[in-house]
Amino acid sequence: MDWVPAISRWIHLLAGVMWIGLLYYFNFVNVAAAKAAAADGTAAGISKHVMPRALLYFRWAAVVTWLAGASLLGRHFFDAFFFLNKGYYAIGIGAWLGTIMLFNVWVLIWPNQKKILGIVQATDDEKNKARRVGFIASRTNTMLSLPMLYFMAAGAHSALFFG
Amino acid sequence: MKNPLDSLWGTIISGLIITLILHNIVRFYLGG
Repeated sequence: MDWVPAISRWIHLLAGVMWIGLLYYFNFVNVAAAKAAAADGTAAGISKHVMPRALLYFRWAAVVTWLAGASLLGRHFFDAFFFLNKGYYAIGIGAWLGTIMLFNVWVLIWPNQKKILGIVQATDDEKNKARRVGFIASRTNTMLSLPMLYFMAAGAHSALFFG
Repeated sequence: MKNPLDSLWGTIISGLIITLILHNIVRFYLGG
């Protein structure tokens, strides 16, 4: 047994389930729940107790997923990211999509969520802008998760997907 | 025009379209 790729693959899957699971929770459950909670005056429970914890696991799971994926690619990292080898085309697309999604988490979603949740100071105008940017970035990641997971699956089963 | 990402169905359909486009690009370059 080759321990490094085996453990990397396991960690990649575990962290990836947490990352994308929380992404789907935000998009499929929380957006509608927060709207309903705001309407009946109970949104504070979500923004104070749920979102900070969910975002903590979400953003760090994204980092662990990417690092475990990079470790799994190992010496083929550049083959995948720069499409140097046909055998790594599919996983290369998946890797780029995952990298764009990681960027969205740390550069667009988390900084804007900090404003929305009051972790950093922001005016009402800044909060409204942060809500829109954070929402679109989160929806973009949900959209990109479809091809990303398709190419993650295809990376290990190229003949099945492209044969 | 409404942003498709404002709705969940718009998001999912956009993701499926991107998947289809990328699938065909990769298949083309793999010579499949």
